[in-house]
Amino acid sequence: MIDRLQTPRNRELVNLLVVALLVVTGFGAVFIARENAVSTTSLTYAAFFIGLYLIAHVVLRIALPRADPYLLPLAALLAAIGEVEIYRINPDLARDQGVWIIVGLIVFTVIVFAFRDIRKLEALKYTCGAAAVILLAATMVLGTEVNGARLWIRIGGYQIQPGEFAKVLLVVFIAGYLRENREVLERPSRRVLGVGIPAMRHLMPLLAMWGMALLLLVAVNDFGSSLLYFSILIAMLYIATGRMLYVLGGIAAFVLGALAAVQVAPHVQDRIDVWLNPWATPRTTGYQIVQSLYSIADGGIFGTGFGRGFVMVGKQTVIPDAQTDFIFSVIATETGLAGAAGLLLVYLAFVYRGMKIASMADDGFTKLLAAGLSFAIGFQAFVIVAGVTKLLPLTGITLPFVSYGGSSIVANFGLLALLLCVSERVNREGAGA
Amino acid sequence: MNGRITRLYRGLALAFVALILMTTYWQVWAAPSLEARQDNPRLVYKELSIKRGRIISADGVTLATNTARRANGRTIYFRRYPRGGDTAAIVGYSSVQASRAGVERSRNDYLTGANTDLAGGVQRLLDTVQGETVQGNDVILSLNLKAQRIAMRELRATGHRGAVVAVEPSTGRILVMASIPTYDPNDVDTHFGAVLARPGAPLLNRVTQGLYPPGSTFKIVTASAALESGKFTPDSEFKGGTCVKTQGPRLCNASGEVAPDPSTLADSLVHSYNTTFAQVGQKLGQDALIEQMQKFGFFSPIPIDYPRDQMATSGIYTRPGKLAQPDGRVDVARVAIGQAGLLATPLQMALVTASIANRGVMMEPRVTDKILSPSGRTIQTFGNQEMGRPVSPQTAATLSEIMQRVVDEGTGTAAQIGDLPVAGKTGTAQTGRKDSAGRPLSDAWFVAFAPVSAPKVAIAVVVEDSTGFGGTVAAPVARDVLDELL
Repeated sequence: MIDRLQTPRNRELVNLLVVALLVVTGFGAVFIARENAVSTTSLTYAAFFIGLYLIAHVVLRIALPRADPYLLPLAALLAAIGEVEIYRINPDLARDQGVWIIVGLIVFTVIVFAFRDIRKLEALKYTCGAAAVILLAATMVLGTEVNGARLWIRIGGYQIQPGEFAKVLLVVFIAGYLRENREVLERPSRRVLGVGIPAMRHLMPLLAMWGMALLLLVAVNDFGSSLLYFSILIAMLYIATGRMLYVLGGIAAFVLGALAAVQVAPHVQDRIDVWLNPWATPRTTGYQIVQSLYSIADGGIFGTGFGRGFVMVGKQTVIPDAQTDFIFSVIATETGLAGAAGLLLVYLAFVYRGMKIASMADDGFTKLLAAGLSFAIGFQAFVIVAGVTKLLPLTGITLPFVSYGGSSIVANFGLLALLLCVSERVNREGAGA
Repeated sequence: MNGRITRLYRGLALAFVALILMTTYWQVWAAPSLEARQDNPRLVYKELSIKRGRIISADGVTLATNTARRANGRTIYFRRYPRGGDTAAIVGYSSVQASRAGVERSRNDYLTGANTDLAGGVQRLLDTVQGETVQGNDVILSLNLKAQRIAMRELRATGHRGAVVAVEPSTGRILVMASIPTYDPNDVDTHFGAVLARPGAPLLNRVTQGLYPPGSTFKIVTASAALESGKFTPDSEFKGGTCVKTQGPRLCNASGEVAPDPSTLADSLVHSYNTTFAQVGQKLGQDALIEQMQKFGFFSPIPIDYPRDQMATSGIYTRPGKLAQPDGRVDVARVAIGQAGLLATPLQMALVTASIANRGVMMEPRVTDKILSPSGRTIQTFGNQEMGRPVSPQTAATLSEIMQRVVDEGTGTAAQIGDLPVAGKTGTAQTGRKDSAGRPLSDAWFVAFAPVSAPKVAIAVVVEDSTGFGGTVAAPVARDVLDELL
C-alpha cells in the first residue's frame, strides 16, 4: 500500500509542498521588511507560484508519470529564490519575471508533450545545430551592445538573448553528432606520430564549434558564453570518447585562443586586470566586482535576512545589474553563507539528478543529451558564481532559473523539460515496460 | 560511459566546493577587512541607521534633529536643521555626500553614542544585538540662540561679509558664533555642488577660519606688552604728530589726524594713534611683542571642541598660508598697530578681549556645555579650563579702564548701551583693496566686553571690505548683540 503511494509524481508533490513553504516564507519576509506587515499581496504572489508549479506537476502526471521527482521541485526552488530576490529589488521586475516563468512553463508543457518519446529529437539534431549557429550569428550581426557585450537582439519592445537558447540547441546537436561519430572519434584509423587523429571530415564540426566560441570571445566580448559552449563541447566529447586527448587538446586550444584574443582585443586584457586587482579601479571598471564582494562579505554566515540587506540606494541597486548577473551576491548578502552554500548545493543536486538519468540511459543519444544538459546548468552556474566571487574573471552570464531575464528562464525550463523526457524513457525501460 | 559521467560529475562537484570555499573566504575570512574599507558604502549606511543625538542650544532650542525614512527594511535617519543657516557655523552638518563639519564632527562620538561611557556602551551593544536602532546622545551647546540670531541679522544688515563671536570671559563658553555668508546645512546632502559654488565661501566659518589684519584692535596686545614690560605706564609720554619714521615707509595716523605732543599711552589707545604705538613697538622690540602675542595664544592652534581643520592659527604671515617663525625679522612698528602680515581670527581677538575682562586669565573656549543621554540624564558636563595668564590682574584692570574710555569718549562711542559700562576697542584695517568707486576698503573691527566691573560677555565683530570705520560699522553690531546678552 505504502509502496504503491510512493510513485515519482507523489514524491514530486511532497517536494513541491516543501518548496511552497519556502516561497511563502520568502515573500513574507520581504514584505515584512518592506511594509512592516504581511499583506495579502505577498500571499497572492506565493499562491500564484505554488499554483503554477502545481499545474506543471499535473502536466507531468499526465505526460511523464515516471520522470524524476526531484528536478521540477529543484528548478522551482531556484526560480522561487530568484523571484523573491527580484521582488525585493523591484516589484515591477518581479511581475515581468512572473510572466516569463509562465511563458517558460508553457514552453515546458509543449516540449513535454512533443518529445514524450525523446528519440524523436535525435532526427532534429542538424536542425538544432543550424538553429544554434543562426541564432549566434544573428546576435553577432544584429545584436545591440549592452555593457560592452553584444548579447541581445531587440525585437519589438523585447530584448532576446539568443545565446541562452543556442546553449540548449547545441547540446542536442552535439549529442546527436557524437552518437553518430563516436566510434570514429574514439578509435581513429589514422595515426599521426603514434597518436590517433580522426579524419578531417569527422573533426570539422568540432573545429567549427571551437572557432565559433573564439569568435564569440573576440568579436562579441562574450567570455562567459564562449567558455560555456567550449566546456560543454569538451565535457560531452569526454563522455562520448573517454579520450583525454580531446580534453587536454580542447583546453590548450581555448587557452591559446584566449591568449590570441588578448593580443587582438585589449578589452579582454582589461577584464583580466580587473579580475586580478579590482581595487585598482574601484570606481570604474572594478566597481561591479568590488561592490559584489562587499555585498557578499556583508552577509556573513547567516545573512541580513530577506529584504534587510544593503541592496538598494533609493531606486537603484548598489551593484549594477544586481537582478541578472549579480543575483548571487544579493542572495549571499541576505541569506549569508548558509543560504549561498545552500543555493550552490541545490544546483549540485540538480546536476546529480541529471547525471543519474544519464547513467541510467541505455542509448548513446539520450545519455549524452542528459549529461550535456545537466553539465550545462551546473557549469553555467559555476561560471557566473565564480565570476562574482572573483574566482574567475567576471563574465556576463545568467544564473540559471534564478537571474532575471525571459530568455534565460524560458530556455532553462525548456532544458528541464528535455531532461524529464529522458528520465521518463529511462524509468519506463528500467521498470521493464 | 557511466564511469566518465561519474568522473565528470565529481569534477563539477569539486568546482562547486571551490565556489563554497571562495564564498566562505569572503563572508567569514575577508569580511572584517572589506567592511572597514573606506569605499564600502555600507559604512555610511551603518552610520545612517544610527539615530544621531540632537544638538540643542543653551536656551533649549533644537538645532539638529532627524527625519526617519525606510530603506532596505530598516529605518535610516537623515539630518534636519530647523534653524538652517543661522546656526550653520557652529552646528555644521552631517551628510552622506560631504562627511561632517562643525559640532556634528567634533562631537560625533557622543552624537552617535560611540563614547566610551560604560553604561552607554552596554546599551549600544544591546541595541545592536537586538537589531534596535542605536540612539546617540544629545549635545547641549553653550550657544545663545536669541543672541545668535540677532548677530546674524545685524551682520546681514551691514551688507557685507563678516563674523561675530561672543565669549563668556570667566568660562570660555562661546555664546555667539556667526559667520556671513552662510549656507543651509539641509542642502548639503542634496545640493552640495551648489553650496560649494556660491560666492563668498559660505562653508568657511569666518569666526575660526577667517584671517583678518586685526588693525587697531591689536593695540590691546601692544599695550599689554608695554605695561607688562614694566618700562611703561599709562601715563608714559610719546612724541605726537601725524607720521613717524619706521624701518619701512613713514607710518601715519588714520585720516591724517594729528596726535598731540606729547601723547600718553592711555590717550593714544583711546584715540587710536598709530604714531604712538609704532614708537611703543620700536622701543619694546619685536621679541617682547611676539612673546606677549604667544601668551595670548597667537602662533598656535586654539584648543577648542571644534574640528581642527576648521580652525586657522593667528600670527604673522610671510605669505598666504605661511605662518612666520616667531623669531624671524618683522616690521615691528607696523605689527604693533596690527598690520604688516599680522592676521588674526575673530575668535583669537575675542579671547584677547575676554582675558582682559577676566583679570588676565585666559579661559579655553568651548562650544558645548554637556551631553545628555536619550532619556535626558546628564552623561557629561564640560568644565572650565584655564588656558593661560597672558597679563597680570593689574595690567588687565588698567586696560579695562582705558578701554571703557574708548566707548565713553573715544572711537567706540557707537557701542554705548545706556548707562551700562562697556569697554572696547575699534579697528579699521586697510586691506589694500578698493571698491568700484575707488574708495579704499577696510576690514572694520570692534572688540568689547561688558559690564566692565563684572564682565559677562566679551565680543569680537569683523565686517569685511567696508568703506566705514570699526567704530561706525562694527561697533553697532556688537552693541545689539551685547544688549541681548546682558
